[in-house]
Amino acid sequence: MIRFRFVLFFLMLFAPTCFAQSIPTVAAAANVRFALDKIQQQFEQDTGKQVRISYGSSGQLMQQIKHGAPFEIFLSANIDYAQKIVDAKLAPPPAKIYAIGRLAIMHNKHVKLPLSNNLAYLKQELQQGKIQRFAIANPDHAPYGARAKDVLQAIGVWQQIQPKLLYGENVAQAAQFALSNASQGGIVALSLTKAKGFSEKADAVAIDAKLHPKLTQAMVLLNNASDTAKAFYAYLQSPKAQQTLLDFGFDLPK
Amino acid sequence: MDWQALLLSIKLSVITTLILTPISILVARALAFNQFRGKAWVEALAMTPLILPPTVIGYYLLVGFGQQSWLGQTLQTVLGTPIVFHFSGLVLASLLVNIPFALQPIQRAFEAIPDDVRDAAACCGLNRWQSLWKVEIPLVWPGVLTAIVLCFSHVLGEFGVVLMIGGNIAGETKTLSIAIYDKVQAFDFDAAGIMSLILLIFAVCTLAFTTHLTKKIGVNRG
Repeated sequence: MIRFRFVLFFLMLFAPTCFAQSIPTVAAAANVRFALDKIQQQFEQDTGKQVRISYGSSGQLMQQIKHGAPFEIFLSANIDYAQKIVDAKLAPPPAKIYAIGRLAIMHNKHVKLPLSNNLAYLKQELQQGKIQRFAIANPDHAPYGARAKDVLQAIGVWQQIQPKLLYGENVAQAAQFALSNASQGGIVALSLTKAKGFSEKADAVAIDAKLHPKLTQAMVLLNNASDTAKAFYAYLQSPKAQQTLLDFGFDLPK
Repeated sequence: MDWQALLLSIKLSVITTLILTPISILVARALAFNQFRGKAWVEALAMTPLILPPTVIGYYLLVGFGQQSWLGQTLQTVLGTPIVFHFSGLVLASLLVNIPFALQPIQRAFEAIPDDVRDAAACCGLNRWQSLWKVEIPLVWPGVLTAIVLCFSHVLGEFGVVLMIGGNIAGETKTLSIAIYDKVQAFDFDAAGIMSLILLIFAVCTLAFTTHLTKKIGVNRG
């Protein structure tokens, strides 16, 4: 009897994994998190099929795919990383542009500093020592971090602000840092500031898109993609999914 | 609350502990009772994971077993699945990281057995296996129990190495500690709080339970 229970216990442990293996995994840049969660829900309702999503910075996800991670779709926050996957012959061309990303400057509601779309106050606040900690994503492997750096360079504060910077591993972690009232905010993806419940905790303003090179976000369907993954890839380009992307502050490719 | 992640963590802990404990008993016994050249080096090597950051182990596994290395490619052709970003990779990593936690308490327990006891067992005509099973294991049982609890709880809380080679795949490599990290990034502090609380309660309970049990065993023997 005891042995039987033991066997049953192990069957129970292993059951979820066997089941989970047939569900394709999507690797997605952290900035699309809330929009993609919603699109995933709609997809499951409309088709009855399931996908699971792993979020990270585009650069890290690209490295993981190159090292053999079993992802079937890769949604990058820029076109370069998606193209690198194509160049490595891990996905057929072309890398498909699915959205144009926007940046936002944000801080916790308790931080009593003004926000503006051209970051007009930031230089002043820096000089007056009002900015102690400021969050952006790591520019080395997170495209939104790289664009945030471009913005800070464009308004001429990169040198002064560097010692104050908190680097998030990806843009969602940067937003998490910026959300804390231990920092005086940060530059994050506009789409993250559209998350449910976000506006109660923080203020955010979209940054003028002229201040940085365009965030052209591209995706690829990897070589090993299953039928469900292919269906989700097609669904991401449907009008319904595009409307969700618009709702979360993305622009659509023309 | 991410039950799938909790279940996955428990599964990883159970498998790691089940593989590591018997091996550790044999290795710890060999190390405790034998003197040989280079023993210090073997012991040092077995202790290394204790002071080496898990990210370093994760890095070596990623580079060594990834698809870009010949070892990773060979293993993938043989096994049919990749090791990294797969549950089997987490098992391998957990085994490596937990060697000191399993080995140390058991080895100390073996070393505490007086030579007389083992001589007496030999005089009674017990061979090595009988001596191990009937005399030594009952004596080192508190050490084994400590090893099991340490291993189990340590795997349950393992983060760095899982982050490096796991890839945060739900139901496959998304363990509880990774799920907590992920929930915080999704601004879902409630879920992260509940899961953290579960790990905290579990940690305190297991330690209290082991301390209690170890004392009880000691009292019974005394």
